[in-house]
Amino acid sequence: MNKILLVVKREYVTRVRKRSFIIMTLSTPLLFAGLIGALLWIATMDQAEQKIITVIDDSGLFKNKFQNTDDLHFLYLDLDLETAKSDLNQLGPDGLLYIPDIDIQNPQGIQLYSESNPHFGVLNKIESTLEKEIELIKMKRMGVDQQTLEIIDTKISVTTLSLTSSGEKESNAEATFGTAYVSSLLIYFFLFLYGVQVMKGVIEEKYNRIVEVIISSIKPFQLMMGKILGIAAVGLTQFLVWVILSILVTSAGVSIMGFKQDAATIVSESAGVDNSSMELAQSSPGIWEMMDTIPFTYVMVTFIIYFLGGYFLYASLFAVVGSAVDSDADSQQFMFPITIPLIISIIALGFVLNDPDGQIAFWMSMVPLTSPVIMLGRIPFGVPFWQLALSVSLLIAGFIITTWIAGRIYRVGILTHGSKVNYKTLTKWFFQNY
Amino acid sequence: MYLLEAKNICKSYANHKALIDVSLQIPKQSIFGLLGPNGAGKTTLIRIITSILQADSGTVLLNGEELNRNHIQVIGYLPEERGLYKKMRVGEQLLYLARLKGLTRSTAVDRIHRWLRKLDMAEWSRKNIEDLSKGMQQKIQFIATVLHEPQLIILDEPFSGFDPINVNIIRDEIMELRNNGATIIFSTHRMESVESLCDHIALINKSEKILDGRKKDIKQQYRSNKFEIEHAGPIGSLNHGYEILETQALENNHYQTVIRVPDKHNPNLLLQAIMGQSEIHKFSEIIPSMNEIFISKVSEQS
Repeated sequence: MNKILLVVKREYVTRVRKRSFIIMTLSTPLLFAGLIGALLWIATMDQAEQKIITVIDDSGLFKNKFQNTDDLHFLYLDLDLETAKSDLNQLGPDGLLYIPDIDIQNPQGIQLYSESNPHFGVLNKIESTLEKEIELIKMKRMGVDQQTLEIIDTKISVTTLSLTSSGEKESNAEATFGTAYVSSLLIYFFLFLYGVQVMKGVIEEKYNRIVEVIISSIKPFQLMMGKILGIAAVGLTQFLVWVILSILVTSAGVSIMGFKQDAATIVSESAGVDNSSMELAQSSPGIWEMMDTIPFTYVMVTFIIYFLGGYFLYASLFAVVGSAVDSDADSQQFMFPITIPLIISIIALGFVLNDPDGQIAFWMSMVPLTSPVIMLGRIPFGVPFWQLALSVSLLIAGFIITTWIAGRIYRVGILTHGSKVNYKTLTKWFFQNY
Repeated sequence: MYLLEAKNICKSYANHKALIDVSLQIPKQSIFGLLGPNGAGKTTLIRIITSILQADSGTVLLNGEELNRNHIQVIGYLPEERGLYKKMRVGEQLLYLARLKGLTRSTAVDRIHRWLRKLDMAEWSRKNIEDLSKGMQQKIQFIATVLHEPQLIILDEPFSGFDPINVNIIRDEIMELRNNGATIIFSTHRMESVESLCDHIALINKSEKILDGRKKDIKQQYRSNKFEIEHAGPIGSLNHGYEILETQALENNHYQTVIRVPDKHNPNLLLQAIMGQSEIHKFSEIIPSMNEIFISKVSEQS
């Protein structure tokens, strides 16, 4: 046991000390945060400029009905359309809204002229104002009085709640979906990245021929497990540094720029959220509050469990590949079948996220080879405890079996050089007396 | 007293037998030459002794005790195909290998310093292995093999890749280790190093041991009863069963003659017989070299 620790320590220290590891670990979250920050910054800059929309209302129905906001100013002019069009530059380049003398029953011919394509949010606001006003006029003509109208006017925002044993919690569909997607992709990426590192490490030892010296001191299985555990620790370190840095950078960014609430509105506006829900957004929680509704600690803990479980499963398979081949170049043929379940998981992820409790989702989150990616995709939507427990148990059983198989093939493989290896050889090695 | 005894070792792989009923006895403080052509089974035998492989049948006793995990610390093994972690520093690498053998950190550090100084490599301690020449890397491997002061040191072709100067340095180190009490198994097919180093040998061919014993005894056993004589003036006929095998004329009326004598013969009698006829300049028994014994035994079998 003590000797496994020595191997773990070597694997860990030599990797963590590498310049490439330090750069990647520190730069990734900064890069990511920088990117998001830049986007938000650009969005705020964009927002600061107030757009002036010139309105020519031949119908006379919409006088002062358009509400000026921080970013939109409506300017009413009593000009004819042709003059206004030719003077568009002087009036303001942002837009010229022309409302002809329309028939209330069939409002046609309302036009918005502008030099560039109008912003989606602008168009939305104009359309919804027009619709609302025409509806009002129609209702008044049908004899509905102002008071009734006020009673009728209803604003609805569906608050999504997730029902858990610990009580109701506000949830947010977009945030849930995003978390699911990101954590699935991340675990896929981690399993791949660190699995391949195990394989490369085994190939290095075999190729360098240091392996024979080492296994005259420790058992091959100890060497393999030490390597797998050491690299797992590297992976966890990287993950934790990313999480901590992301939190630090985001909160630092948010407090410095002071756009916590702004950012939320900008994000939802640029996502094309419709005007009325925009107004509601003021009263309902912002993006940051919505993010708080995802149980991040729970997602992170399950992420670590599935990362470790899935990693042990795949790493031992990758170790077999490393022990079977003589060089990196030969590893392709054996790597392919290992990566298939991972690739299938990623392909199936779309279905799973659309139907996180469906048959595909359930079964793929039980099979150990696919469960890490798929279960991580299901977890933010809520998974019954028994399913989680079953899936984790199967995953643990899975990696115990693969590690055992891997150990038997590995001990023969690392000492075998120069022979052509195929699946039959691997089977033979598995059954070979040691 | 034997340090290591292998009894009736058998080992087969999927398609061939690597060792058939091989027994060996390796005396304490000897340098034991394990000889044999490529593919004879030497490496398999060594891997069984180092617990890398398990014999199908037979036992290995170390100090009279059946081989177990505790023996790892008393064995040092330098494989034929060997290497080091290229991206690791010399000092760290030696420390890692020593700790895997069970040394404490402080003992290991002390000994590493001592050995690096001894082999004139102290200033390389913080360099990466890949920055070292091949010869220096092999010295590091040698140090790694002996750092934990093993009772049994197994060296598989230790001199391959060394220049003559380094060969001498390592040879001296091996002798010193033996004199300090270590037992050395020396596997090779280069006979000149066997000649100068080994005191016991075993010859393995085609998975079987075909010869073993003290080098001196084996040579005695394979002596051909031939003498080589350099003399001035020709030798005529000889009686007493002496047989002139060949005569070669050298310059100035000097000759070189090979004479076969009967078994259990006293060389003084041969000298006397020749002295009457010719002036003797050189007189020596032709003792077979290990190389000749090796070739004759191996080709005899095939």
